[in-house]
Amino acid sequence: MKYVDEFRDGGLARRIADRIAAEVDPARRYHFMEFCGGHTHAIARYGVAELLPPGVRMIHGPGCPVCVLPIGRIDQAIGLALERGAIVCTYGDTMRVPASQGLSLTKAKARGGDIRMIHSATDALRIARAEPQREVVFFAIGFETTTPPTALAIRQAAQEDLANFSVLCCHVLTPSAITHILESVAAHERGAVPIDGFIGPAHVSIVIGSQPYEPFARDYRKPVVIAGFEPLDVMQAILMLVRQVNEGRFEVENEFTRAVTRAGNRAAQAVIDEVFEIRDAFEWRGLGEVARSALKIRAGFGTFDAERRFDLSYRPVPDHKQCECGAILRGVKRPTDCKLFGTVCTPENPMGSCMVSSEGACAAHYSYGRFRDIPVVVP
Amino acid sequence: MCLALPALVVALEDGDLAVVDLGGVRQSVNVALVPQARVGDYVIVHVGHAIGLLDPEEAAQTLALFAQMRGGQPATAA
Repeated sequence: MKYVDEFRDGGLARRIADRIAAEVDPARRYHFMEFCGGHTHAIARYGVAELLPPGVRMIHGPGCPVCVLPIGRIDQAIGLALERGAIVCTYGDTMRVPASQGLSLTKAKARGGDIRMIHSATDALRIARAEPQREVVFFAIGFETTTPPTALAIRQAAQEDLANFSVLCCHVLTPSAITHILESVAAHERGAVPIDGFIGPAHVSIVIGSQPYEPFARDYRKPVVIAGFEPLDVMQAILMLVRQVNEGRFEVENEFTRAVTRAGNRAAQAVIDEVFEIRDAFEWRGLGEVARSALKIRAGFGTFDAERRFDLSYRPVPDHKQCECGAILRGVKRPTDCKLFGTVCTPENPMGSCMVSSEGACAAHYSYGRFRDIPVVVP
Repeated sequence: MCLALPALVVALEDGDLAVVDLGGVRQSVNVALVPQARVGDYVIVHVGHAIGLLDPEEAAQTLALFAQMRGGQPATAA
């Protein structure tokens, strides 16, 4: 596939790896956080970590919308299907996220809930038009990449006066999450990991541009390199981060210039701004309540807000006691530090959210990395 | 979740829709977020929507930077 295959050349990846090895200072260690699950997935799938010298460690960030979705929000969606009789539409990744009482949307569907997996927000509109006598709720999750299509769907519903359609909005904001992590690093919070730089999001940045990262580089003196999701993009970004650290620079650099500009996609930003406004606070799995970190539907589109329409209130629910997803999402622990990893908790039967999406740190390591941890023994 | 792929626009249709070619598979996508897209452009498709345009010149430059490394020359700071 054009613009994909060229960025997966193994020979070139080794070349970039050689450059990284040649340029790292053997006297120091480099800790870089890849914010996005898309990068976590690429690092695991293509064995990027194995190509890096021992002094360079990649820390997985919280940029996986399924992983940071707290139990309380899934409980709300399940409640709408099982108790209020609504048709709940959602993206496939959300279906298996563990909720309260051993439930998930998949299990709620098995109990008779009318829960439908959709490919696009427009599918939810189509279902609402086809079943005007039923309430249809789109359970919308995701970062800025996924937000504009939801905004378009709400605007379309308003234009059509689609009275039975609403959205349970759980869209979250990337810059707020990065600020939260940087604040905890700066405050030397217990267990906070040192971070020398960030690999910035690929597709989120298509929408928001590279400009929103400039305050992090400036105020927290951390280099940021925006990178595409292909393995060569990730390798090149790591090389660029190593160079910034070596030269004492902390700038926003863009490796993904083929799709990301400084200003981002203005048309997408405009529709987001028309339909949504910032929430005062939102609970993230792993990070807890984060101020101004998510979006809600503006009052002007209030009839399409499922929280208003069904008078929902949010009730936080603690994670499974043994589950380390929270610490893993903050970069403090690795998947293999969790007692449940690969035993009780697997992609087929996830206990924690990081094992659900293929971009979750645990699922990525389970699928592509778990056998690398086992030493080869020749009897 | 943020999975998105570059796809070639092969036809523009009414109602903000376009037909794209995704590695040989044709699919209808919404292009309301990329109103400047034209036939022959590559758009980046996510959950049935084009969210951005791909700049072929910038892609070529990034690939040229990688190719420099293949030549064994020490790459200069990007």
